[in-house]
Amino acid sequence: MENSEENIESRQEAGPGGGEVAAAEVPVTRIRPTRGWASLKLRDIWAYRELLYFLTWRDIKVRYKQTVIGAAWAILQPLIGMLIFTIFFGGLLNVPSDDIPYPLFAYSGMVIWAFFANGVTFASNSLVVEANTIKKVYFPRMVVPMSSILSGFVDFVLAFILLIGMMVYYGIAPTVQVLWLPLFLLLAVITTLGIGLWLSALNVMYRDVRYAVPFLVQAWLLATPVAYPSSLIEGAWKVVYGINPMAGVVEGFRWSLLGVETRPGPMIAVSAGVAILLLLSGAFYFRRTERIFADVV
Amino acid sequence: MNDMAIKVENLGKQYRIGGQQARYKTLRDTIADGFKSPFRRMSRLVHGEAYAGADLHESIWALKDVSFEVRQGEVLGIIGRNGAGKTTLLKVLSRITEPTEGAADVWGRVGSLLEVGVGFHPELTGRENVYLNGAILGMRKAEIDRKYDEIVIFAGVKRFIDTPMKHYSSGMQVRLAFAIAAYLEPEVLLIDEVLAVGDIGFQRKCFNKMDEVAYGGRTVIFVSHNMEAVRSLCSRGIWLEDGRITYEGDISSAIKMYLESYSSMEAKVNIAEEDHVVDSGLLRINKVFILDSEGRVTSRIHYREDFSVGMELEMLGKVESARIGLGVNTPGGQRISTAHHTDAGVAALSGSSGKYRATASFKNRLMPGLYIISVGAHEGLSGKGLDYVPGAVDLSVLGSSKEGEGPDPANQGLVEMSIDWTEVEKL
Repeated sequence: MENSEENIESRQEAGPGGGEVAAAEVPVTRIRPTRGWASLKLRDIWAYRELLYFLTWRDIKVRYKQTVIGAAWAILQPLIGMLIFTIFFGGLLNVPSDDIPYPLFAYSGMVIWAFFANGVTFASNSLVVEANTIKKVYFPRMVVPMSSILSGFVDFVLAFILLIGMMVYYGIAPTVQVLWLPLFLLLAVITTLGIGLWLSALNVMYRDVRYAVPFLVQAWLLATPVAYPSSLIEGAWKVVYGINPMAGVVEGFRWSLLGVETRPGPMIAVSAGVAILLLLSGAFYFRRTERIFADVV
Repeated sequence: MNDMAIKVENLGKQYRIGGQQARYKTLRDTIADGFKSPFRRMSRLVHGEAYAGADLHESIWALKDVSFEVRQGEVLGIIGRNGAGKTTLLKVLSRITEPTEGAADVWGRVGSLLEVGVGFHPELTGRENVYLNGAILGMRKAEIDRKYDEIVIFAGVKRFIDTPMKHYSSGMQVRLAFAIAAYLEPEVLLIDEVLAVGDIGFQRKCFNKMDEVAYGGRTVIFVSHNMEAVRSLCSRGIWLEDGRITYEGDISSAIKMYLESYSSMEAKVNIAEEDHVVDSGLLRINKVFILDSEGRVTSRIHYREDFSVGMELEMLGKVESARIGLGVNTPGGQRISTAHHTDAGVAALSGSSGKYRATASFKNRLMPGLYIISVGAHEGLSGKGLDYVPGAVDLSVLGSSKEGEGPDPANQGLVEMSIDWTEVEKL
């Protein structure tokens, strides 16, 4: 049963000049208690797209106002990660890198990984941060974690520019495979949003979720082919490995941009499937718990 | 022709609150619980149950059996003490929180002002915050563009509009916040006590703007503690008490009843000389007070809570067979019931001096509302009036019992008589 539906009702209204009747379209909101699962109400979110834009814009602006190295942080984070990996994994441990220079290998993975890691971390606490607004105004709450994830796009673009620079430096040109790039970016967003929705909803009720996230992300990084290629994994295990949706995202991103040998196959298919599952389940769980956010946050 | 703007039926909202542990737990119980509870919590969590994280055992009904209608263009005032449920009602109508039971329908776009400046960020400039706050309140960008200049002029912050808000004085912030809110133009507007902002000059400006809004054909629900504002802006009023509607009617009556419920803050009333309408000089009732079921002096009694009325009187001269009486009246002066202390066989009072106390215990059958108690005494044999104080003390019967239950909304009236229905037989 729906909590509130916006229907359009035609209401007869007396027009001016006596006798004329004009029908005006009036939105009706029906407020009822909800039980069980609630629908996703995507139309509601679409109606509030401008708010999503403003919240994202606000997150971005605030992140960089009054910071000295503000924009540089977007590049520093993946860069420093890449440096550490290059020294220890690429240098010390001599991890293979699919026939492209290791720094480029690691950095490309870190760029897309940073989008996921930051997105998930910001999203997990986003509802609590926005608590005051949530208690005072109505809007579809999903907009809040969505905006915290979307605001990571600016960081991504900045880091991406450096990535292009590195490609030029190493003389690696993109092939026609680059047409697949937007698809893998979309997959990254789907994965980040799926996990983000789950974590943000859970965090409202269990405030310690937010503290578990950094550990979760750290462990996840090691389980994802950022510092090492997935080609290290043999045969059937590769499919199991694909259950980590970020495995598909990172490998696919690298493959489309840098043209590495590792062709996408069953692993990426499994990753994509898991990502979509996470998004759908996350969205439904979010909607189910959304009704008590204003009371509990 | 449907000109309904808001229709609320039996709305109820229950909140969980922390309570005391019910029983003493053994250590074994505590350990067993310690093992079981993470699983129980996990299962509740997976089922998406609220409050899974907190140990909230008790619950209260912030709203119960609330029903009313608002026509298009009406301005309805909602008054009541803090904690009566006014803000909760607005939150439910604004879809911020869900009702636990009942239904509400709203025709038209809803704009709700529960707080001004929602979403304001100190790092952003005034201009940026206007757009942000406007978007949060539900305005489209095009709409904000259109009204931007007027908003800034109304707030009087044009010079500082491009400075980060953290440099604004609190007065400036609040003026800008209110200015944005004032230009919100939905069909239905829900306002929660946001008029008390800024200095007197600005308050007046806000008030005039609200007036404009109210008479502009918009439907408004206005919650406030400012009785003057409520009286002048609203045509109808609802007095909410403990989550229930205690009174619904024209705004002046609602305000009067609400205020009168406060009037006997000094519940133990010393009767002034001039209040004795009949004063024989032989017997004088000096004090009247109301005691609740726990013997505390009060002027507010729960529905169905038994209470007693105590009187302290003094005999100043020779009195023979005096009967002390009291009467329960409506605020309009209608006598509901009268009783004398001799009704059940207690001896009449005779004497020539001394102080006395009389106590009358009530089995409370009064419906929620405001009542006025009159006291007096007369000589039983001659009928001569000894003392009479009409309106000695006010009694407020609250909308719900101590257990939180209220009367059946279908049973209107002043009192609940003891009525037994026989079975409904087919003829």
